[in-house]
Amino acid sequence: MADEVKLPADAFEPLDKSKHLDSEKISAPNLTFMQDAWRRLKKNKGAIIAMTLLIIFFVMAFGSAFISPHNPNAVNPQYANLPPKWPGVGINGFNGTLVQAGSRVDAYKAAGAASSVHYWLGTDYLGRDLLSRILYGTRISLTVAVVATLVDLLFGVTFGLFSGWKGGRIDNFMQRIIEIIMSIPTLVVVVLLILVLKPGMMSITIAIAFSSWTTMARLIRAQTLELKEQEYVLAAKTLGESSIKIAFKHLLPNLSSIIIIQTMFTIPSAIFFEAFLSYVGIGISSPKASLGTLLNDGQKNFQFLPYQMWYPAIVLSIIMIAFNVFADGLRDAFDPQSKG
Amino acid sequence: MAKYLIKRIFYLLLTLFIVITVTFFMMKLLPGTPLTNQQKLSPAQQHLILKQYGLTKPVWQQYLIYVAGVFHGNFGTSFQFSDQPVSYLISSRIGPSLLLGAQAMILGVIPGILVGALGAIKKNTWVDSTTTIVSILGISIPSFVLAVLLQYYIGLKLGWLPIADWGGFAYTILPTIALAASPFADTARFIRTEMVDVLNSDYIELAKAKGLSKWGVIYHHALRNSLIPVVTIIGPLAVNIMTGSMVIENIFSVPGIGEQFVKSILTNDYPTIMAVTIVYSLMLMVVLLITDIVYGIIDPRIRITNTSK
Repeated sequence: MADEVKLPADAFEPLDKSKHLDSEKISAPNLTFMQDAWRRLKKNKGAIIAMTLLIIFFVMAFGSAFISPHNPNAVNPQYANLPPKWPGVGINGFNGTLVQAGSRVDAYKAAGAASSVHYWLGTDYLGRDLLSRILYGTRISLTVAVVATLVDLLFGVTFGLFSGWKGGRIDNFMQRIIEIIMSIPTLVVVVLLILVLKPGMMSITIAIAFSSWTTMARLIRAQTLELKEQEYVLAAKTLGESSIKIAFKHLLPNLSSIIIIQTMFTIPSAIFFEAFLSYVGIGISSPKASLGTLLNDGQKNFQFLPYQMWYPAIVLSIIMIAFNVFADGLRDAFDPQSKG
Repeated sequence: MAKYLIKRIFYLLLTLFIVITVTFFMMKLLPGTPLTNQQKLSPAQQHLILKQYGLTKPVWQQYLIYVAGVFHGNFGTSFQFSDQPVSYLISSRIGPSLLLGAQAMILGVIPGILVGALGAIKKNTWVDSTTTIVSILGISIPSFVLAVLLQYYIGLKLGWLPIADWGGFAYTILPTIALAASPFADTARFIRTEMVDVLNSDYIELAKAKGLSKWGVIYHHALRNSLIPVVTIIGPLAVNIMTGSMVIENIFSVPGIGEQFVKSILTNDYPTIMAVTIVYSLMLMVVLLITDIVYGIIDPRIRITNTSK
């Protein structure tokens, strides 16, 4: 302890100040909330595959409005019920042959089709090209689901925000309304609305939107109740900010992850509902097609022409799986602490 | 508790009343009468038929008569099957639906719990991935697609089970499987997330530190605590099964109320649509009420009286 070390001044060497200015700085770049979520999402292989699939389906379904192998509504009775035929492929199931009465026959020859005629996924009972029908049907299904979800989002978020923000009696009353709606089976509400509004794309969209907003409203309300106790909201209030502005500037950005996640879970259930209703026969009516009506048509001939149901079923299932996997991935990405 | 129960039953009745009112006036908005060959009937005959159905009175009187009737179990007369009271149509068809629903609930929930728990215990292994894939498939593949595939491959191709109709236990197997797929997947996913949460909690650490066996910890502490919240998803699962039953009963020609509902919709049989709507809502409300009460009883952390917020 006793001996003192004496250091001469020239033992020190001044460092170049400009070089080490940042030595204390944390090196990772600042990430916004979205960038952070995207970084986590990218690590989830399943979610990325699902997202890619969804993009492909969207592009194909909506692109088919402009480029489609055939007109989805063009009836061609001569070529009715032709199985899939791929040019130059000889595997059974893709060579235009069918098992009829125990033996394989070339359905294209039997229909008197020229050798240049081929339908990738075959034709339906009216000779309409199944591939074009599926693309068209997917487009209708996706449109209904997305529009219904957007309406549901708009209504649910507004309702939830208002209810949570106001609190007290108004909140209590609005929650009772939700409870009442929630204790009626969704399907019953949808069916009643469709009956009153007449089956069609419009009514099915309204019906799905009307019956699915309650979950969104509840989630948003619960979160708003928490958020409105935060200091920054208090600060904004103290500064005299109007409620609407607080809602848009402070609440909505903080609710965005919940909204996005819930939206991604609502879309597949809307797709399911649309398919379900069309399958039962009270949804989209012909000549319009959706995945549900295609399944319904295909199911009638399933025993003899299984491809007519298999392809729409596969497309519907893949879309549903992709949406569910993607939604799961998004939930993990936005909220790493969430359950799951 | 008693106060809570009374309050809940009051809300149940209020909701039921709203459902009755809304469906009644919605049905009144719709065109359509019980007359089939309207052109061939003289106005006097038409009047007689309408009178038989009670459709000649002003709407508000019809409404009061209807509401009074509902609380006496009288839902009017079916338009489709003349002279058949709707209450008879429903009571004769509710049995198969309830049976299928109960079977599907059991077949969905119990394996769902086992599979979900297995996924959580073996988290991040191939077992977990397999159970996750199975549950995603169960959620994503529509029940009616599954039903048609089961009917064709197991019923027709393999010939193991009857493809349709209603006769005995064998007839219920395929519809039950088709109905149970989605509740199974929902339960498995739910249990997995709950259990992963529970397994990370402090009391599990403590139980392990006490030197309990692995399975002792899982059974006595983890599984039991994850099971409590399952009660909360029984309601949504019941909705799921009700929805599914409409189309599954149709596919397998089960004489249940789901099949009746679809038939009534397609034939504009308004009294039956109204009655089935009310029955469905009542069933769901009762399920929700029971699950809420059960939840309060089995979970000491929840006190029903403190649910004001």
